[in-house]
Amino acid sequence: MPDATELELTAQELHGADGAAILDTEFHRGRAVLIAHRDHIRPVLEHLHRKGYRFLASLHGVDYYPEEPRLGVLYEMLDMERVDRISVKVRLHTEDPRIVSVVDLFPTANVQEREVYDMFGVVFEGHPDLRRILMPEDYEGHPQRRDFPVGGEPILFTYNEAQNYGQWQ
Amino acid sequence: MASTDYRKREESITISSEPSGEGETHELLTLNIGPHHPATHGVLRLLATLEGEIVRDIKPIIGYVHTGIEKTAEDKAYWKAIPVMERMDYLAYYFNAMAFCGAVETLLGAEVPPRAQYLRVIHLELNRIMSHLVWLGTSALDIGAMSMFWYCFRERETILDLFEYSSGQRMHTRYIQVGGVFADIPRGFEAKLRRFIAEMPGRADQYADLLEKNQIVVQRLRGTGVVDHQTLLELGVTGPLLRAAGNPWDLRKAHPYSSYDHFDFKIPIGTVGDNYDRFRVRHAELYESVKIIEQALDGLPEGPYITTDRKVALPPRHELATSMEALIHHFKLVTEGFRVPPGECYYPIEGPRGEYGCFVRADGSAKPARVHMRDPSFVNLQALAPMVRDGYIADLIATLAMLDPILGGIDR
Repeated sequence: MPDATELELTAQELHGADGAAILDTEFHRGRAVLIAHRDHIRPVLEHLHRKGYRFLASLHGVDYYPEEPRLGVLYEMLDMERVDRISVKVRLHTEDPRIVSVVDLFPTANVQEREVYDMFGVVFEGHPDLRRILMPEDYEGHPQRRDFPVGGEPILFTYNEAQNYGQWQ
Repeated sequence: MASTDYRKREESITISSEPSGEGETHELLTLNIGPHHPATHGVLRLLATLEGEIVRDIKPIIGYVHTGIEKTAEDKAYWKAIPVMERMDYLAYYFNAMAFCGAVETLLGAEVPPRAQYLRVIHLELNRIMSHLVWLGTSALDIGAMSMFWYCFRERETILDLFEYSSGQRMHTRYIQVGGVFADIPRGFEAKLRRFIAEMPGRADQYADLLEKNQIVVQRLRGTGVVDHQTLLELGVTGPLLRAAGNPWDLRKAHPYSSYDHFDFKIPIGTVGDNYDRFRVRHAELYESVKIIEQALDGLPEGPYITTDRKVALPPRHELATSMEALIHHFKLVTEGFRVPPGECYYPIEGPRGEYGCFVRADGSAKPARVHMRDPSFVNLQALAPMVRDGYIADLIATLAMLDPILGGIDR
């Protein structure tokens, strides 16, 4: 993990390239997080890729309800040579949850972006095949959002099968 | 790519009656495999586009066993979330629990006593052997070796008996707790475990004798499903699949956790990155895991098996009758659970299939605000298409077996 100083230096480098790319940094329990602006996520990730963080270990979503902006997309970057991790976080409003896809830069993001889309409703622009991945294709809503109720769906039996949202005619 | 005699002879056969290449006469067949099919190792559906017997494209369709575990965990206190987390990748339950507990411990800043770390390592490595045995047995079954299945499940039973002995459960043991482990190993466990680790290398030799000198197995595996390690890295593949392609990335060595740096073990790697290398790497890992268990058992430190921090771990039962404070701690932990200070953590560990990374976001309450498991099966499944493309459909089955996907982990 980079220490707090190195994180600030990385943030400075990125800041130098473009004035508004990095909004903030977090350093908590040895975990370094760069909070990037939505419009600059690609240059930020490309810069980190050049710096050696070539492996996208994980891409996942978070709902920060009731904080605003509510949604978060996290990129866990890994430098396999220096064995170093850094995270990039982007916060998005639920009214406009759009972000640029990074599938061409990191092919591994393909299914993971689909999962974030499925669970949180974040639209990844430029994704080659943005469909639901775990939930049924005709499902309504994004179940990992914090305001999505647990157990809000009726259990299907033969008597209520006809009211099933996914009932095929 | 080194081609075997069998493949060379096969290539010399002209199949002029069958259409080949993109053209007017060319016809593609879309074949659905699964979701219920014994060779898909779970509820995996594959849409294969075939040209004759050649797979031109493949699309995995998943989500059939999605149970919303990440959502469920948000509604449970931290220590009550461990059992549901274990049910993600159902062959690697110790790893799921370890990744989750490690993340929570990092957020808490909790110290894990050395004895607990060693006990964790023993059980993690037993779990790794168990997972590889299930993989070996079922994969061998897929390519036609029936008896391997019984031999592997015989040894797996011994491991499950050991799990039962130390935790009371055979599967989904909930043995790893936040701050340590659930209980110290019982009397007699060490003797049983020593008997097992003395026996296991010989058994693994027998598997090698049965499979490595079996011409059907060698011909089915060698030279099929080759993908180079650069492509695998871009696809996010970790674990034995990446190591089979020659990249020695292993988090136990690269970024040791739970005192893995105390043990002397090797990282088996492959050279070509074909199915045979994948089989050999996992098979060699059986021996390395045995070595780690042996060292952990020899050097097992004395001391507590769980943190003495009463805010995190339950007080010993006998204190409840004499200490008011213990009673209060017990009551608070059982009713509300412990609170975790706000923060986020991503805790990666090396599991039998690659990097299990647990992301936990704490908001200061007794329940996690977000839990996410970066499951290696989910990410590794993307490598299936480059592995099987332009190969025979029969090789698809062998490649899928060597990929070792666990659908419980993929769908979560």
